[in-house]
Amino acid sequence: MKVWQCVVCGFIYDEKAGMPEEGIKPGTAWADIPENWACPDCGVAKADFEMVEV
Amino acid sequence: MNPIIVLGSGLAGYTVVRELRKLNRDIPITLVTRDNGDYYSKPMLSNAFAQNKDAVGLVLTKAADMAKQLDIRLLVETDVHAIHRDSKRLDTTSGMLEYDKLVLALGADPIRIPLQGDAADEVLSVNDLADYAKLRVALGAAKSIAIMGGGLIGCEFANDLATAGYTVSVIDPGAYPLASLMPEKAGRQLLEPLSRIGVTWRFGTSVQCVNKATSGYALTLADGSAMQADIVLSAVGLRPRTQLARDAGITVNRGIVVDERLCTSDTSIHALGDCAEIEGKVLPFVLPIMHAGRALARVLNGEDTKVVFPAMPVVVKTPAHPVAVSPVARDAVGVWQELASGRGVKMEFIDALNKLSGFVLTGEYAGERNEMAKRLAV
Repeated sequence: MKVWQCVVCGFIYDEKAGMPEEGIKPGTAWADIPENWACPDCGVAKADFEMVEV
Repeated sequence: MNPIIVLGSGLAGYTVVRELRKLNRDIPITLVTRDNGDYYSKPMLSNAFAQNKDAVGLVLTKAADMAKQLDIRLLVETDVHAIHRDSKRLDTTSGMLEYDKLVLALGADPIRIPLQGDAADEVLSVNDLADYAKLRVALGAAKSIAIMGGGLIGCEFANDLATAGYTVSVIDPGAYPLASLMPEKAGRQLLEPLSRIGVTWRFGTSVQCVNKATSGYALTLADGSAMQADIVLSAVGLRPRTQLARDAGITVNRGIVVDERLCTSDTSIHALGDCAEIEGKVLPFVLPIMHAGRALARVLNGEDTKVVFPAMPVVVKTPAHPVAVSPVARDAVGVWQELASGRGVKMEFIDALNKLSGFVLTGEYAGERNEMAKRLAV
């Protein structure tokens, strides 16, 4: 399980926790999140995320 | 071959470089910045305190790592004196630089309202990481803060600092929060939730005078009332940095004027971000910068392309009452209609052609941002 960070606003996505409030189940790998998903904080697309730590 | 030179290391400057490198690894790029070149997320400046992040903690990537990752020449702490367009050279404090194409990603300066009093120049504003570091130092010994301006940045700071336990007052000459972005009914939704976490609102007046007091500052407002605060923070808006372009004879209006190819009146010089004006609009928000950065990268890579802006909702980071808004121009013709109200409101703007052209979602409706943005795009 990895943790990803939005390079624009610093939003963190933790694969272990998922984002139940956005309909993404805990344990969802970053790769399995739809391409049209956007950062809930700043609206930046998935392509602009950058991995910060494992 | 002379490099593409990018002026500015904010989101606009680094985004265009990052996007260009996805398309082209070979083209030489020099990035010139008056800052230290560290990459940080500017939107976080106004909500980092409650997350316990200091200025160092906000740096996402150090300057040297940016230079390596992006394979660019990075000139930091460098000021540009002038653009010599006929010889395509830049006169800088790091020497004369020749460019093939020039990208202006200069950003904007905080607007400062003239104030009276012996502490008028001690009023802070937070527009970059160095400013934020100063605010953090000041907050260390403070209990109360007066924020001038109830717009996006003012409201975000108010929420962030009230949550952290500071006594916060927001002073704004308008009638309600976020007035430049949304109608009164929507803006008023923030009043009660932010009051509950300790924000005192003072609308219909402004700060006139800031004097040193035995502890902190004594403020006098335009309505004659007085107020005391340990810190005074000004958040009344931004003014695009246009002087360098103006001095070089490039067309400037409110911002540096660019077309759909992000091209200024000089075809070798482009502009984007907070300093630029496209189709009469200055769009100092994250999403327009990302879209402009991607389009400009393609243009710089030799493609014939135009920037297309989709629906770009702006998120106001006020967790006490979250807000998402797709604003309409101040002179837009149409009506705001209320679709729902509960703990917040959901409103849409229907223009003269009976088309949805803006929306605002607050409180419990803020999560419907993506659905509304999709409807807007149709």
